[in-house]
Amino acid sequence: MIVAGRQLSVMTSSCSPLRIGCGSGFSGDRLDAPGPVVEALIAAGGPSALMLEVLGERTLALAQRERRLAPDRGYEPALEALLRPILARCVTHGVPIITNAGAANPEGAGRTVLRLARTLGITGLRVAVVDGDDIRETGALDGLTAWEGDGRATLAGQEVIAANVYLGAAPIAAALRQGANLVITGRAADPALALGPMIAHFGWAEDDWDRLAAGVACGHLLECGSQVTGGYFADPGFKDVPDPHDIGFPIAEMAADGNFVITKPPGTGGLVDPRTVKEQLLYEIHDPAAYLTPDVVLDITGVELAQEGPDRVRVRGARGGARPERLKATVSLPGGWLGEGEISYAGPNARARAALAGRIVRDRLRAQGFGGRIRADLIGVVSVFGDDDGALLAADTLDGPEDIRLRVAAATETKAEAEQAVREVLSLYCCGPAGGGGVRTRIVDRIRTLSFMVPRDRVHPRVRMLEDAA
Amino acid sequence: MSGLVTVKLHRLAHARAGDKGNRLNIALFAYRPETWPLLAEQVTEDRVAALFADRRPAWVRRYDLPLLHGFNFVLDDVLQGGVNGALNLDGHGKTLSFRLLGLDVRVPAAMAAGDESITGRTGKA
Repeated sequence: MIVAGRQLSVMTSSCSPLRIGCGSGFSGDRLDAPGPVVEALIAAGGPSALMLEVLGERTLALAQRERRLAPDRGYEPALEALLRPILARCVTHGVPIITNAGAANPEGAGRTVLRLARTLGITGLRVAVVDGDDIRETGALDGLTAWEGDGRATLAGQEVIAANVYLGAAPIAAALRQGANLVITGRAADPALALGPMIAHFGWAEDDWDRLAAGVACGHLLECGSQVTGGYFADPGFKDVPDPHDIGFPIAEMAADGNFVITKPPGTGGLVDPRTVKEQLLYEIHDPAAYLTPDVVLDITGVELAQEGPDRVRVRGARGGARPERLKATVSLPGGWLGEGEISYAGPNARARAALAGRIVRDRLRAQGFGGRIRADLIGVVSVFGDDDGALLAADTLDGPEDIRLRVAAATETKAEAEQAVREVLSLYCCGPAGGGGVRTRIVDRIRTLSFMVPRDRVHPRVRMLEDAA
Repeated sequence: MSGLVTVKLHRLAHARAGDKGNRLNIALFAYRPETWPLLAEQVTEDRVAALFADRRPAWVRRYDLPLLHGFNFVLDDVLQGGVNGALNLDGHGKTLSFRLLGLDVRVPAAMAAGDESITGRTGKA
């Protein structure tokens, strides 16, 4: 039996460095990634924490729908699979885990972890649940301003599936100071999963902008997992990555002054060098002088990187400005239906046959008075680079390669219209050009997400400790 | 000038794309610090806007990052609905970093001749 102790190691204000590992960069990441990170944190000794980022924009809306059907669900489905191999090791060695796996139901996720702990022989586990990110019932929906990147978006007359504010690091830090072994949030700014333990450990003040900025830069580098250690990087012959089947996930070594090193567990694949760190530093960032987070406005224009050793890059020079007065919220709305159908043509004149098949589908749908939006790609010639109207494809006059897949996609209001579009791809089997094969079709309902800004004083994060009853 | 040759940006630089809603960013980094000024001169907002013209960006903005030998390009309204609304297979626009890397740039012939010196290629060829 393992009796969990309080995670005193990160809660005391201290000058010793803090190691933070990241074992997951998105919902769907490699399930065996956290293990080597946890073992490296334990082997290094000293205070450390593990973050698991699993919550995308759309993931939360799907979770909200799931919870509506089954009230005890609505959290990350892979939560147990991620935690089972590492929970006992983390608890035994005092490595707290911070994760946004709570999605639409942080408390449900917390109860699941307590159940899992009991099956693993762990008692006395302290699971902190952070919520207050869901603003549907708070009246804050009335005070929303559309994010400028979404134009003049409005919620009037629409069914709101989910509306969640990106919470900052303060409730996570508070939970760790209360001795949590595990902190489970719903929507929180991804870097806050790393900044929370830093604030708990170093005692950084809430207006210590440069240190908070360093912490956010560090969390931003960690939050996509392997994307800073050689994942999403390999370009054979130009950017080669050792053992990409076994990339080690990142570990940051943060010092009290905000200087930090990005590294990875020894004996794993992947690499950490200035190129991998640069690419991730700018990932999903727009103005590099003003990256808005709930805790600080980050300026990375003064950041400098230095290779300090194999797979070790030092990062310094992040600067911070006062945190914004408004927080970002993601609102999810019904997004209609997507129907997709594909069929292959290969060998001589494949491009002409595939293009003809696409015209046949369009002509038939037009004749039927089809009301949806439609797009056709010739995969192997032009697909992902092109716009919906096919201008790039039309401009490509070369003879195509001889192995092409026609893809037709339709966005519709109703499921019936999506089925109508997909049927016209399926019927190409018998009625289309010669030699078509391998039809696959798919219909999914969609969720649309919009970003809004919410006044900070309308949002009230909560921290609750769930204690093991045993 | 006869001493210039045309190469793909891909030989000089690496890139990663990210999305937020309908807005795309592509961060571009010179493999070699000494090629950064050349890229600054040639990979302009106008040229990037022209490269992506068929996707009709509302605007293109380039942020310079000299300490990282890089640039951050932001292209507004090019994702036609973004990850949750687009008909494109790649609703995130993640593949578009390599569309940028397909841009032609002119480099001194001497530079292009010594491939390793401009590409920073590591390991085996």
